[in-house]
Amino acid sequence: MITQARVIAALATVHDPELDEPITDLGFVGSCVVSDGGDVDVHLRLPTPQCAPNFAFLMASDAREAVRRVPGVRMVGVVLDDHYTAGEINDAVAGGGGFGAAFPGESSGDLEALRELFQRKALLARQGRVVAMLLSPAGPSGTPSDHAAVVALCVADLPPDHSEVARCLVLRRELGLPCGPSDPALVAGDGSRLTAEELPLWLRRARLVGLSLESNGGICRSLLRVRHGVFDPTEEVAT
Amino acid sequence: MYEKDGEKYFVFDTHLHFWDASPANWVPGAEEYAKGWIECFHAYQSLGPGDTHWSLEHFQKYSADDFEKDVYTDGYVDVAVSQPTYLKEWYAKGFNAIEQNAELLDRFGDTFMVNGRFDPREGEAGLAQLEADHEQYGFKGVKLYTAEWHNGSRGWALTDPEAEPFFAKCEELAIKNVHVHKGPTIWPLDKDSFDVKDVDIAATSHPDLNFVVEHVGLPRIEDFCFMATQEPNVYAGLSVVVGGLMHARPRFFAKCMGELLFWVGEDKMMFGSDYAIWEPKWQIEGLVDWDYPDDTFSDFPRWTTAAKKKVLGLNAARLYDVEVPEELRLADGEGTPAAEDDAQLVEGAA
Repeated sequence: MITQARVIAALATVHDPELDEPITDLGFVGSCVVSDGGDVDVHLRLPTPQCAPNFAFLMASDAREAVRRVPGVRMVGVVLDDHYTAGEINDAVAGGGGFGAAFPGESSGDLEALRELFQRKALLARQGRVVAMLLSPAGPSGTPSDHAAVVALCVADLPPDHSEVARCLVLRRELGLPCGPSDPALVAGDGSRLTAEELPLWLRRARLVGLSLESNGGICRSLLRVRHGVFDPTEEVAT
Repeated sequence: MYEKDGEKYFVFDTHLHFWDASPANWVPGAEEYAKGWIECFHAYQSLGPGDTHWSLEHFQKYSADDFEKDVYTDGYVDVAVSQPTYLKEWYAKGFNAIEQNAELLDRFGDTFMVNGRFDPREGEAGLAQLEADHEQYGFKGVKLYTAEWHNGSRGWALTDPEAEPFFAKCEELAIKNVHVHKGPTIWPLDKDSFDVKDVDIAATSHPDLNFVVEHVGLPRIEDFCFMATQEPNVYAGLSVVVGGLMHARPRFFAKCMGELLFWVGEDKMMFGSDYAIWEPKWQIEGLVDWDYPDDTFSDFPRWTTAAKKKVLGLNAARLYDVEVPEELRLADGEGTPAAEDDAQLVEGAA
């Protein structure tokens, strides 16, 4: 039996590639209706009508794929509402034609390089948060706190139930980077082990990339709240 | 001039507009875009304090009297530079074309400047227009808006070969300040259109020009910071950072300021209100009052009085050759000297 909860759970695996957050947390799923027969109708809404079409397309097509994988689902409709290229994107997503079909002559049709660029940014930010956890006094007990010890860790040494650790490994797998138990706990962009000398500046960079993703998410939430009256759990100040 | 706790600040606002987005100026057939654009800006205004919000009708079109009150009378601004945004495919007279901004020149004299613009897709005619505009207004800067639509094209990059004659013309005419604005943007459709790599390349090729990246490259502040660290002629325009974050997201704002002060430095950051999205008054008062919220920010550079003076006005005055009254300058040796070369910071940056 298909339930709305199952479909929402599938949609929660879809990330805004630019923000590294699930579209369900961001409030981008405007509605999700499941019929008795198993047909699913999802409407997505974005913070502004001018949100970048490439990211909008990735989210819409990823959402369609994620819902289609839910066992028992019949027809899947994913519709992007109120966007200046909604017509092009919706037609291409429904037809399975890819990005090139949405904007013929205006793109190479391949968004995988774009996706990878942002996956790499996300990995840097996620790893930065793991290191911050390892270095903090609140980190897991027995965890080494100096830089040399942190870079010497392997995947197997990390607390496996820590959510950010698990999220790093998922991304490393998707990017084709080594992620076995004896591989380095932290990797540079080419999969190699970081050195203790590199770590301070690498951490600065990771923190800045994390900030960028986070603050863009914040701006998107603020705009979505204004546009659709969506409650924003991260709001700092009542406006 | 703004005065607080015995300190006096020269205020140079590097980013203002005098726009007309009223329905009378919407291009027939493009109403949807014209309306969507101004409503998007209006939503941004809501990120400021509640008592500074305008009605949509007022926001669509405001008067020279409003400008005078908000910017000079209430807003402490000593010198204001308008940055044009054309968008003529959507707005018949332009959104705030140079001629619209220039309506304020007579009224405000030396306290108001217009910047020019160019679009390399306009070719020879565009080059001639740039020269004519410069002849008429004598500006020291241009605003480049790479997301503008033009004859079916949805944007351009500073590295397009067609842009080269325009940069050469800027060098020839001593238009030395190039303000670059990315987005809300679209093109290239299959790449990250907010990418600031083209600014990096142009800044290296044109060491005599200053490249001011508006909104500090948001939403790509990290790419911008890594670039600005390496390029001595790349500056941070703080519009949107202050207006969009200081009130609505104070914790994010603190992190952004800390990162900018670390990577870019207080000598290369410049205040811009982005009026009329946000009024300058609360932004200036807030910047002077601002400090890091707690000691978790201890490894970021301090926001000193000297840093405030530079960022609020002295840095921009230097770029625009504006004389600052003696009492508003920094004393000799006051303020930390700029880091000479921070390029090692990003060695190996991916």
